Amino acid sequence: MSVDTLAGYTNGLVNLDSGLISRDIFTRQSIYDEELERIFARSWLFVGHESQIPEPGDYILGKMAEESVIFNRDRHGKLHVFLNNCRHRGMRVCRYDRGNSTKFACPFHAWVFSDEGKLVGVPKLDSAYHNELDRSKWGLIEARVYSYYGYVFACWDEETPDFETYLGDLRFYFDDYCELPDGTHGEWEAFGGTFKWRVPCNWKFGAENFAGDYYHNPSHASVDSIVLSPAGVKGRHTYDTITRKREQYLLNICVTPEGHTSRGQLFKDDYEYMPTYQEMTVVEDYFRDCYAQRQARLGEKSRWFGHGGTIFPNVSYSNGVQSMGTWHPSGPHETQVWRIFLAPKSAPDEVKDVLRHYVIRYQGPSGLTEQDDMENWGSAHEGARGTIARRYAYNYGMGMGYERKGWPVDWLGGDVYATEDVSEQNQRAYYARWAALMDQPPSAPQQRETAAAAE
Amino acid sequence: MDGTPDKVLIDRLLLRYRVEQFYIQEAELLDSRQFHAWLELLADDIRYWMPLARNQESGKWDGEYTREGKDLNWFDEGKFELEQRVKQIMTGLHWAEEPVSRTSHMYSNLQVEDREDGSLNTRCRFLVYRNRTETETDFFVGKRHDTLRRDGDGFKVAAREIFLDQSVLLAKNLTIFF
Repeated sequence: MSVDTLAGYTNGLVNLDSGLISRDIFTRQSIYDEELERIFARSWLFVGHESQIPEPGDYILGKMAEESVIFNRDRHGKLHVFLNNCRHRGMRVCRYDRGNSTKFACPFHAWVFSDEGKLVGVPKLDSAYHNELDRSKWGLIEARVYSYYGYVFACWDEETPDFETYLGDLRFYFDDYCELPDGTHGEWEAFGGTFKWRVPCNWKFGAENFAGDYYHNPSHASVDSIVLSPAGVKGRHTYDTITRKREQYLLNICVTPEGHTSRGQLFKDDYEYMPTYQEMTVVEDYFRDCYAQRQARLGEKSRWFGHGGTIFPNVSYSNGVQSMGTWHPSGPHETQVWRIFLAPKSAPDEVKDVLRHYVIRYQGPSGLTEQDDMENWGSAHEGARGTIARRYAYNYGMGMGYERKGWPVDWLGGDVYATEDVSEQNQRAYYARWAALMDQPPSAPQQRETAAAAE
Repeated sequence: MDGTPDKVLIDRLLLRYRVEQFYIQEAELLDSRQFHAWLELLADDIRYWMPLARNQESGKWDGEYTREGKDLNWFDEGKFELEQRVKQIMTGLHWAEEPVSRTSHMYSNLQVEDREDGSLNTRCRFLVYRNRTETETDFFVGKRHDTLRRDGDGFKVAAREIFLDQSVLLAKNLTIFF
């Protein structure tokens, strides 16, 4: 079984009729180079959360694909995302992971940019440039920015639809993620620090795993046999004990053609809260109270219990302890993962502490669960590199033809598909979007400034 | 020099020797995968902490490392959690450590200070080499600050602060102990 490497991406390297995907899409340098232009330069990418830069002048460094960006709040409180790159010789104009500043000075020739991206200082503007440099044309490159309940996304392409259109029918699921445990849209607060680490695999392995791969549960047998959950019982999820006792659908949800995904549980009834943190009164009271409020506020829709998913192309969100993890491409064979974690700002310190303590032992390179995930991805990537191995496609055909719309309930997120339990529906939707974008050449020649154009 | 043995200096050397022996024994246990025996060297109320490091402006180094008990950290845990890590490795199903890593723990630049309560503060540099499967290789280098509690002729580690000299973690995981 092979895929046609000459027929383009859709129904070529990504054959959605047969559920086969070529291993080349993970390892071939030319495909990776094209991804940077056709996927990353066009898509809305996650850069950070507003709570990471609460005050005017605050900034952190973010990444969009391989490139460093400054995510800041200017002196007037407005959010910006700038390419961290001097217009003169390309040096980083900001060299610190975080800080507060109203200007960014390039160390090389000391061009100075304001917190609004304007070029405000050029040494020897008069004696060397003879006042002929039009500073208004040489500000920092700025991306479009959109804050969705404090989660900030940026996009380089003017032709890409606005963020909410881009999000499409993932809205129900991402709104659920953005809601506090009591079902309101209150404030989240990021814990200090960003997990940053390298994984020896293509960036898509993490993205597709978080998109909805309940099939991979066997790889977590070791963590399921010890105590990780703050409930103090065996298992890796806080909700394991609870959900075992409830009638439910375990669902994979995909949004087409946008390629976003979600996964979670839909309970079949309005169940009562089940005690979870018996030994921690403050925490137990908080979640019990939130549970009741959410149920009262959302009614039947509170039966949805989201686990997370992937927003195309490279950010995965996890519910429970809210996290946003970005799979930054770093060459075809390496991913740099950046991840933040958040807690309800108004929650008691005891609650924040339990959430923080739990999640840093679950996710990331020191996390008992994701350590095994990364072992899988690295090995799957290695398995996509061999000359012989690459002749054989990967099978993404599980559950093909069993996707259902408007099921199990019609209010579940609009025009989306669902499959129950394990399925590769979400991966197919993700790669269908990926292939469609890869097949689409840039609509206009990418602007390359020449000496003439810059005049 | 009048030929009289410097009692204070000799006591310091003896203490330092004992601490060195303790760390040599600890490295031996870790590097020979005797993780349960290694856990025995840790006090039941140990705090085991490895913060994240951030690049900050010169002189504004407050907050270069994330805070214990508040922020994200690579490790911020106690003995129970370390025991769970050991148990997980011992299942033989923890694929990130199956096959198990080959490690060599090396410590140097040891400083030992007495604390008023009779315990000790130690500081050292560590170099931990890890190699597993065929070519996976990592070097972890940094500073380690311990509080050692006297326990009979030996010690128990009551607190361990591990400052890894990396902001982006260069290894894909932290499945080993420091």
